[in-house]
Amino acid sequence: MSDRVFGGIGLALAIFYAWAAAGIQESFLTDEVGPKVFPWIIATVLGLSSLWCLLKPDPNPDWPSLGRLAEIGLAALVLAAYAEALPVFGFLLPTAIASGYLTWRLGSKPLESVVIGVLTALGIYLIFRSLLGLSLPREGVELAIDRFFSALGDTFDGSGDAAEPTTAPSGD
Amino acid sequence: MDLLANLGDGFLIAMTWQNLLLALMGCFLGTIMGALPGLGPSNGVAILIPLAFTLGLGPTPSLILLTSVYYGAMYGGRISSILLNIPGDEPAMMTCLDGYPMAQKGRAGEALALSGIASFVGAFFATWGLVLLAPQLVRVALLFGPAEYFALFTLAFATLGGIAATNQAKSAFAAALGLGLAMIGVDTQTGVPRLTFGEVHLYDGIDFLIAIVGLFALSEVFVFIEHRGTTRDISTKAPPAIGRIVPSWSLIRSCIPTMGRTTVLGFIAGVLPGAGASLGSFISYSMEKRLVDKEKTFGTGDPRGVAAPEAGNNAAAGGALVPMLALGVPGSGTTAVLLAVLLALNITPGPLLFTQNPDVVWGLIAALFIGNVMLLAMNIPMVGLFTRVLLIPPRILMPVVAMISFVGIYGISGSPFELLMMVGFGLMGWVLRKLDVPLVPVILGTLLGNEMEVNFRRAVEISNGDYGVLVGSPLAIGLWTVALVGFVLPILVGGRIKRRMHMSRDEEGALSD
Repeated sequence: MSDRVFGGIGLALAIFYAWAAAGIQESFLTDEVGPKVFPWIIATVLGLSSLWCLLKPDPNPDWPSLGRLAEIGLAALVLAAYAEALPVFGFLLPTAIASGYLTWRLGSKPLESVVIGVLTALGIYLIFRSLLGLSLPREGVELAIDRFFSALGDTFDGSGDAAEPTTAPSGD
Repeated sequence: MDLLANLGDGFLIAMTWQNLLLALMGCFLGTIMGALPGLGPSNGVAILIPLAFTLGLGPTPSLILLTSVYYGAMYGGRISSILLNIPGDEPAMMTCLDGYPMAQKGRAGEALALSGIASFVGAFFATWGLVLLAPQLVRVALLFGPAEYFALFTLAFATLGGIAATNQAKSAFAAALGLGLAMIGVDTQTGVPRLTFGEVHLYDGIDFLIAIVGLFALSEVFVFIEHRGTTRDISTKAPPAIGRIVPSWSLIRSCIPTMGRTTVLGFIAGVLPGAGASLGSFISYSMEKRLVDKEKTFGTGDPRGVAAPEAGNNAAAGGALVPMLALGVPGSGTTAVLLAVLLALNITPGPLLFTQNPDVVWGLIAALFIGNVMLLAMNIPMVGLFTRVLLIPPRILMPVVAMISFVGIYGISGSPFELLMMVGFGLMGWVLRKLDVPLVPVILGTLLGNEMEVNFRRAVEISNGDYGVLVGSPLAIGLWTVALVGFVLPILVGGRIKRRMHMSRDEEGALSD
C-alpha cells in the first residue's frame, strides 16, 4: 500500500515536472537541444519508475505509530524554527534550545536535557567560532565571548608570544 | 619511473606540517565517526565538507582532511561490528560474523588489532593499485567524447544500486529525482531560469552540499527519534572487555594468505562499477570460507574470518577511488560524497585532473599512504580509547550531529532559506529510507546532473541535432550495453544475492548468540 501511494505521488510529481519544464522560457539564442529536453527525459524516467512502484508494490515498511510520526514532524518543525531563529537571536540561545529539545526527545531526562543543550551550544561555539573562526550568527552573548577571546589574543600578541593570529577571531 | 617521480612530488606536497596535522585529525575523527553506530563514512564526510569549505582550506589540504576521514571511517566501522555486533556501516556487516564471536570469547583486543592490520594491508595495496591503474584508465578516458561521457554517466546510475539492489525501479526513481533537482536554477547554456518558480534563492540552483547533509546526516537524527525505546534502539548494549591487544605473530602469519587473496579480490570489486565495498567484503568472506574453512570454524570466531572482510572492504574502498579520480564517475556512495568534495572545491575530476592538477592527485595519493600508516599506528595502541567512544549515547551524539550540520550549511550560505531546505531534505531522506529508496543515486544525480546534461546537449549540438550520435561509436555502444546489463541483471539475480548476504549473517549470528 505504501508503495502504491508513493508511486501515485511520484507519478503526479513527474507530470508536474514535465508541465513545469514545458513552461521554461526559451531564449532566442538556443542550442539544438534546448533547455527543455533533458528535464523531459528525467520526467519520463520518474514517471515510468513511479508507475512500476504503483503496479508492483513492495511489502509495506513498518511505519512507526502515529504518535512517533507526529514526534518526527515536531522535531522537523523545531529544526525549521531553529533555522529561522538563528539570524535573529544569535547562535547560543537557539542552539541550546534546539539541541536540548532533541536530546530530550531522544531519551534524556528533562533537567539533563537543559544541561546537555547548553553544553552542546557552548562547545560548538567555542570550537567552531573561537577556535576555527567560522562565521556564526552573533548577538550579545556571542559578541562578549568573541571580545574575551580577542582580548586574550591581544595579551599574547603584546607579550611577544607567537600566538597564531588565525585562532583569535577579529572582534568586529 | 615517471610514476615514482610523481609520487615523490606528491609526498613533498603532503609532507607539510599543516597537511600532516590535517591527516592526523581526519584519521582520528574518521575512526570515531566510523565507530559510532549511525555515523558511517558517508555521513561523516558529508557533515565535514561544508566545514572544510568554510574554514578556507585549499583544495589539497581539504582533500587530505576528508579522504583521511573516509579511510578512518572505513577503519572505525569494524569497532562496533566486533564489540557490539552492530556494523558501523554496511561494508562492516561481514566483520560481525567472526569478529563478535571472537569478542565473546574474550579475544576482542586481538580481533580489533587483527582487523586493523588487515585493513592496513587491504588499503595499502589498494592505494598502490590506484597509483598503477588510474593513469592507465586516464589514457582510455581521453578517447571519450561528449556522447561517450553521457553513456558513462548513464552507466554509473544504472549500476549504482549494485548487483544486490532489490528494486531497480526505486533506484531509477532516486536517480531521476536527483537529476531533476539538479536542473533547478539558471540553465548554463542559454541563461534562462528553469523550474525556479520565481524564487530568487533558487536561481543559483540547489547546492548539492545542502542535499547531502540533509539526506544523510539529518535524516539519521529522525531515524534515531523513530527508534528510541524500541528493540532497534542501540544505546542499551554494553561493549565486552577488550582483552589482550597485541596479536601473536603466529596468528598474523596464519592470516597472511587470506589477506593477500582478499585484497586483490576487494580491489577488483571496488574498481568495477556497481560492486563497491559492501560486495567487496561479502565476496572476500565467502571466497575465504570456501577456500580455507576446512574445520568449519568460520562464523564461530575464526581470525581469518575477521581478516578477510576487513582486507576486502578496505581494498575496495581504495579501488573505488580509481574510477572516481580517473573518470569522474564514482562507483559507491562514499566516493559520491568525495566527488562532492572535489566539485565543491571547483575541481572537476576526470582524465584532465591528472594533467591539470597533478598536485591535487598525487598529493592526495601520498596522503592516503600517510593516512594508512597513521591509522595503523593510531588504531592498535588507541583502540581502547575508540571503544570508549561507543559509550557516548546517541541521545547526546545525534543533537550534536544535527547542530554541526546546521553550522556547516550556515557557514556556506548564511541564510535561513538554505537551512529550511536542508530540514526538508532531512525529512525527505527519512521517508525515502522508510520506503527503501536508495539515497546515493539522489546525491549522485544532484552532483552530476548538470555535467550529464551538458554532455548530452554538446554531443547533439556537434552532430547538428542528430540524436543518433549518442550511440554513434563502438565505445558508446559498449557503454550502453554494460549499463543495460548492469541495470537488468539485478532484477534477475539481485534478490537471490541479497538474500544470501543476509542469510549468512542471520545463520551465523544465530549460532553465536
